[in-house]
Amino acid sequence: MHRPLLSDKPLIDDQFVAEVRRDMLKFAQLQLRDATLAEDAVQEALVAALAGARDFAGRSALKTWVFSILRNKIVDLIRVQSRTTNVSALGDDEAGLDETFDALFKDNAHWRPETRPFGWGDPADTLREERFWEVFEACLDHLPEKTARVFMMREFLEFETDEVCRELSLTVSNCNVILHRARNGLRRCLEGSWFAPGERAC
Amino acid sequence: MLNCKEATRLMSEAQDRPLSTGEKLQLEVHLAMCRGCRNFREQMDFLRLACRRFMQRRGGGDDSSSAS
Repeated sequence: MHRPLLSDKPLIDDQFVAEVRRDMLKFAQLQLRDATLAEDAVQEALVAALAGARDFAGRSALKTWVFSILRNKIVDLIRVQSRTTNVSALGDDEAGLDETFDALFKDNAHWRPETRPFGWGDPADTLREERFWEVFEACLDHLPEKTARVFMMREFLEFETDEVCRELSLTVSNCNVILHRARNGLRRCLEGSWFAPGERAC
Repeated sequence: MLNCKEATRLMSEAQDRPLSTGEKLQLEVHLAMCRGCRNFREQMDFLRLACRRFMQRRGGGDDSSSAS
């Protein structure tokens, strides 16, 4: 048995910790929208992860484990936050997003020709582009806070929708409305910032 | 008859729950006639895929760049 912390070629060195910490902070900041909370969550997760370090097949496996600890920390913090904030109350930025959404449609609730969704091409090509991920993160960051929280719990923390509703004390229909708002906001942001308006749908 | 606005709500909800047979039928009929909504559906699928990949990259799952 070797201990990864003390082996000749350590699994964990300063550079690795710095790199993982940077990624973790970005992720926690996206979810929590609070620099201090994010910093605390990352520190606690790192300490817990390194204190309990077992044998890992490699850095990739270790990183996955550290992130799973961080994920639990974030979920705990969201639970605490949801007791003190009313997620269902609509903020100004949320209302703005709804107005923008309504403006995509004509009076008969069909797409306006100029805002009709267009084809985005091959997803695999897009997801290979390093620059795409910067745009993706920026678009996530642009979502209104409460909207982003619900969306990220669903998509990143992998809650089922009814669990998200329960954790945040939302009705199912309210949850659905918020998720729809989030997906459309993200879709519009990516369409405007990344996908060049190419061939219009007819 | 489903309009585009209602169709987008169903397509978002389809990411979260199985649609009923009636909802599916209405949606399919609408999609057969509406390229904009077919693109919207592809975009929803893209978002789900991008979120999964985003987590894999963050969590190191499939990201070989950080492995030594």
